[in-house]
Amino acid sequence: MPDTPRIGVFICHCGTNIAGTVDVEKVAEFARSLDNVAFAETSKYACSDPGQQAIQKAVAEHRLNRIVVAACSPRMHEPTFRACLAQVDLNPFVLEMANIREGCSWVHLREPALATSKACDLVRMAAAKARLLEPLSVRKYPVKRAAMVVGGGIAGIQAALDIADTGAMVYLVERGPCLGGTMAQLNKTYPTMDCAI
Amino acid sequence: MADVGRHPNIELLTLSEVKEVSGHVGNFRVKVKRHARYVDEKECTACGDCVEVCPQVGPDEFNFGLVHRHAIYQPFPQAIPAAFVLDMETCLGNNPRACGKCAEACEKHCINLDAVDSDVEFTVGTIVIATGMEPFDPLGMTEYGYGRMKNVITAMEFERLASSGGPTGGDIRRFSDGKTPKSIAFIQCVGSRCEGPGNSYCGNICCMNTIKDTLLLKDHWPEIDVTVYYIDLRAFGKGFEEMLKRSRQLGVRYIRGIPGEVEENEDQSLTLHVENTETGLVEQHQADMVVLATGVQPRAEAHDLNKLLSLQLHPEGFLLEAHPKLQPVDSPVRGIFYAGCAEGPKDIKETVTQASAAAGRAVRLMSQGEIAADPYTVEVNEDKCKACGLCLKVCPYGAFEWEKGAKAEPIEALCAGCGTCAAECRFEAITPHQFSDAQIVAQVEASLSQDPEQKAVVFACNWCSYAAADTAGVSRFQYPANQVLIRTMCSGRVDEKFILRAFELGAPIVLVSGCHFVDCHYIDANRQTVRRVEKLWDKLESWGIRPARLQLEWISSAQGQRFQKTMEELERLRREVTPREIAHTRRILKQKLHPPKPKKQARRKGVAAHA
Repeated sequence: MPDTPRIGVFICHCGTNIAGTVDVEKVAEFARSLDNVAFAETSKYACSDPGQQAIQKAVAEHRLNRIVVAACSPRMHEPTFRACLAQVDLNPFVLEMANIREGCSWVHLREPALATSKACDLVRMAAAKARLLEPLSVRKYPVKRAAMVVGGGIAGIQAALDIADTGAMVYLVERGPCLGGTMAQLNKTYPTMDCAI
Repeated sequence: MADVGRHPNIELLTLSEVKEVSGHVGNFRVKVKRHARYVDEKECTACGDCVEVCPQVGPDEFNFGLVHRHAIYQPFPQAIPAAFVLDMETCLGNNPRACGKCAEACEKHCINLDAVDSDVEFTVGTIVIATGMEPFDPLGMTEYGYGRMKNVITAMEFERLASSGGPTGGDIRRFSDGKTPKSIAFIQCVGSRCEGPGNSYCGNICCMNTIKDTLLLKDHWPEIDVTVYYIDLRAFGKGFEEMLKRSRQLGVRYIRGIPGEVEENEDQSLTLHVENTETGLVEQHQADMVVLATGVQPRAEAHDLNKLLSLQLHPEGFLLEAHPKLQPVDSPVRGIFYAGCAEGPKDIKETVTQASAAAGRAVRLMSQGEIAADPYTVEVNEDKCKACGLCLKVCPYGAFEWEKGAKAEPIEALCAGCGTCAAECRFEAITPHQFSDAQIVAQVEASLSQDPEQKAVVFACNWCSYAAADTAGVSRFQYPANQVLIRTMCSGRVDEKFILRAFELGAPIVLVSGCHFVDCHYIDANRQTVRRVEKLWDKLESWGIRPARLQLEWISSAQGQRFQKTMEELERLRREVTPREIAHTRRILKQKLHPPKPKKQARRKGVAAHA
């Protein structure tokens, strides 16, 4: 990883979800004015295949080593963009997202000017953090091939059987003295009109 | 059910409760309390010799107390495990032993009256929560007379009446006189879609369950007059509309209107007062029996489990999924999944579908042998570490090696990445990956680089408050555009210096927000948040800075509306802060945070005085 940050900023339209409120071109222009930003552009749908390919292409062409995606919440698509970076051998953790959809365009629908200015702030903040991001490696844990299912009604029974059939061990924990739950108390069930047990 | 009983990979633990869960995805350590059954599950052949001699009876829970069972009993004939169980509450007692007839009658000696509860411990990679629902109890809705009038029953009681294994052997009879009713009225939405006693949401299954009951009645007792009182009929599933059509064709009357009151007549039949919204008239109808189509609600006892696992609840009380659309069976905690009505009211087909989905998600995690986790651990700078051990003291996971006088060493496998240690370390010796001091301070500085007096800086924890902001967004709850959010994994990460830096740069208001206490995703790291914020309030006050400018709020991920209200309140508070006050704060903080270096002479004087 070269020492000098070369940040790429990608501002997503998300169709009209963001671009309907936020002036995304203005945000891109603002991003270009920020320190260490080597490239900034908008994207119709950053998470789509063409959107991701555009990011990957820009990484190569502009030797980007830090990425800001201004789009939806990181709780939504952070894994998507991390995987996108990993495909072009960029460390997935040099990504910072600016949440300009859930945290901006969707909650300031009737204030496009303010929303645009807030989106600029969020991009500036993301770039400031991105500048200091460092590559990290994912931790790996062993996984015990066993599951606990809590509740022995129809849901617990079905889940336990499906898991157990794959060869994993299942501990089925039921409060009552037997299986069946509410379902067992039903006489007939719809739509088949047959016995519940 | 029988498949579970004989599956080689399933260990069925009945009469059991989860008491403790520690560890994390891939490696949850579970402790279960297994209550004594007093009957050897493997040896019992359910012959029933014990029941014949048992002198004690109690209400039969399986039949909703409509009949009695003995203290030793089998819940229902097809029960798995197919072994009897002794209810010690109903039994004359084993300490001192008052009776013991069952044990004497059992030729196989399966009954052990001295059996005790036991703890079972095991380790699992994933957990599926399928704690189910309970039917709404209509006792509180006095207008329907349930509990007072013998012939007003619930839908579940109707199920037992109609069942060949039920108290009447499947005959529909009135409780008052044992006669077959000539007319039955079903009242829909009891405890659903209402304010007051009951729940605001739709029970999901009640419409179709009633339609099913009407078909059953018309198939077996075509002479019974059946009427259904409803608000809307929600028959939206595959094949459901056809069932409704058939019910109407068989002569079931559907009246759009919910009775306001049920009155008992002298012969214990019932009069229903209802506004028929199709005719616009208030009508009186007679029925020999009234069935209340009671809704579905979360099980009260499931809440203990939620606390144990740090899960989240929807305001309606059902379990909150990680994402309502894209991760409908995932809990917010990795490796824990939902199946069935614990997540929300649903019918059997949907329950089975969701259970298979949950199983699929769990197997997907377990099939690789190992899983990847975010590298949000911490690094300790040995040069800066003063070996004080505070990091270990505040860490909810005890994820440090430390002994008095020794430098702290993080234990990566135990660290969950809340960052509390870094916020508490007085020597800036701890750097959390992806959420370092420098990175967060850079965000604070960037957020306030223009028009700082217009901004409120909001620190939001990833799991609850930030998720609540997302919920507000998804719900399009509008709020003022003056706030900027800085995400940390836990509110415990929010260092005093981030807050002071924000005030120093001219922020009028700072909010620290996290999960409600019981919801903290890092056990109880947010208790450190409170302690720290309270300390800072005192400090601000002593410095002449209004403590109200630092706000603390708990917002859970489902509380989009609370997030919106909090943002509105922040904006109100922001407007109260004058430019003069901001300038004053900046002056004070400049003095306090960057005091001028004492002159050499002065220092010498100090040393002399000390000596």
